[in-house]
Amino acid sequence: MRDPVSERAQAIPPSGIRKFFDLALTMEGVISLGVGEPDFSTPWNICESSIYSIEQGATSYTSNRGLQSLREALSRDLSWRYRLTYNPDKEIVITSGVSEALDIAIRAITDPGDEVIVAQPSYVSYAPCVTLAGGIPVPVECREEDKFKLNPDSLAEKINRKTKALMINFPNNPTGAVMRKEDLEPIADLVIDNDLILISDEVYAELTYEGKHTASATVGDLWERTITLNGFSKAYAMTGWRIGYLCAPQAICDAALKIHQYVMLCAPAMGQVAAIEALRSAEDDKNKMVEEYRLRRNMFVAGLNRIGLACHIPEGAFYAFPSVKKTGLSDTEFAERLLTEHRVAVVPGSVLGEGGKDHLRCAYAVSRKALSEALERMETFIDSL
Amino acid sequence: MDESDLQILRIIEENSRLSPEEIATMTTLGAGDVRARIRALEDAHIIRRYTTAINWEKAGNSEVAAIIELKVSPERDFGYDRIAERLSRFSQVRTLRLITGTYDLQLIVTGRNMQEVSRFVSEHIAPMDRIRETATHIIMKSYKENGNTFFEQQETERLPFSF
Repeated sequence: MRDPVSERAQAIPPSGIRKFFDLALTMEGVISLGVGEPDFSTPWNICESSIYSIEQGATSYTSNRGLQSLREALSRDLSWRYRLTYNPDKEIVITSGVSEALDIAIRAITDPGDEVIVAQPSYVSYAPCVTLAGGIPVPVECREEDKFKLNPDSLAEKINRKTKALMINFPNNPTGAVMRKEDLEPIADLVIDNDLILISDEVYAELTYEGKHTASATVGDLWERTITLNGFSKAYAMTGWRIGYLCAPQAICDAALKIHQYVMLCAPAMGQVAAIEALRSAEDDKNKMVEEYRLRRNMFVAGLNRIGLACHIPEGAFYAFPSVKKTGLSDTEFAERLLTEHRVAVVPGSVLGEGGKDHLRCAYAVSRKALSEALERMETFIDSL
Repeated sequence: MDESDLQILRIIEENSRLSPEEIATMTTLGAGDVRARIRALEDAHIIRRYTTAINWEKAGNSEVAAIIELKVSPERDFGYDRIAERLSRFSQVRTLRLITGTYDLQLIVTGRNMQEVSRFVSEHIAPMDRIRETATHIIMKSYKENGNTFFEQQETERLPFSF
């Protein structure tokens, strides 16, 4: 039999630490800081409105673009929250999570052989999505000495005639880095001068702890060449509902919508109803969660620095990204031994791309009690080295 | 009172056992500052006391609680305040509020058993001057008190890793 698996599918790397994940599943008493999702349940008013809609029989497909009322509410919300202006009928598509939005965004703009620069360390799916779309992912490293922001000089080095787009994510998973307006301006110049498209995943926007989030599309003249991706998962603790969205100028949005209607048809109807309620009434719940993350961040990062894992203060998202260099272990060794010997699960930074080496991604979206216990175990481990 | 005071209040309202040092790391204030602020809040009687949320039913306590509603004729110059103050002196009265609607005052009263609660109401509350009518509701079961639910919540399953 000939090889049934396509070259493209073969070209994307398997998760390098699969075995390690499976191991964690079989172990008892593990404190996991490896999770990329809030530990809160979705605020009840959101759940309740969705349950009610199911009772009323709202279980059918929605329009491909997503419920009109959701798009309208979202358009207003984006405008007062970030000064982002998107027409609900032409420039917004509701997707099954930001994961799908990312996929259709890349497919909408990538031709075979196009290079897409991916700022790393990053969420694991960016580069594989580019490969699956026939493009070539080109990593650009965000360095610790730049507080993990994207440095315009590093970006300029990666741009050539084949470069089609730049893919960024701030507030960043895994580093917690945030790009302010003044950080985005030189990036905007490069994107515009080289006629690139900017794909900006802003799913952690609401988890910005100092000051306000700057939406990339509002910087300079970026709007006309920016695809804004965002969703409800992180801000409203709604990961399982799978509701994200893509916003872009009409030509790009139309192309993404075509792909969306063939591969997804529409985002889950119940999730869309829940999302409307999130926009309508969950601002206080969200703010309380953000405040709690801020307290945990302060406590956890202070703890990491105290036990000898140097860590900058992450300005957004819910990840701390400490360095393990001083321990003499690689990030993978450190993470494996920490899990097997002390039952704390973290993600080794090297699986998250360039610049992740020698770091650990620790999600502080767990209770303060669990964070204290994890810090104690990590300290015991470090002292034993 | 500033934003940091409010932040400290929110933190200790949820867990009053945190040390000033722990609160300091969480808020990035100095430990001395946190201690001074807490002392000032105590002195101003904004922090009344440090308490716990206990599910007494689970602890096997058979104490009975009742909601008592009262219709009261208000006094010239004092309104409901003087009678409310008299009522509040009874140790059996755990909670006392002025409310709108059919009744004027609402009390939560506790006792060792139902007889004790009803005797307290009929002997001490109902005969008081200015009380025109009482309604007693025995609390059968408490599901949520002051923001704390008493349901045993099942741990929801989360993956140990996700990106």
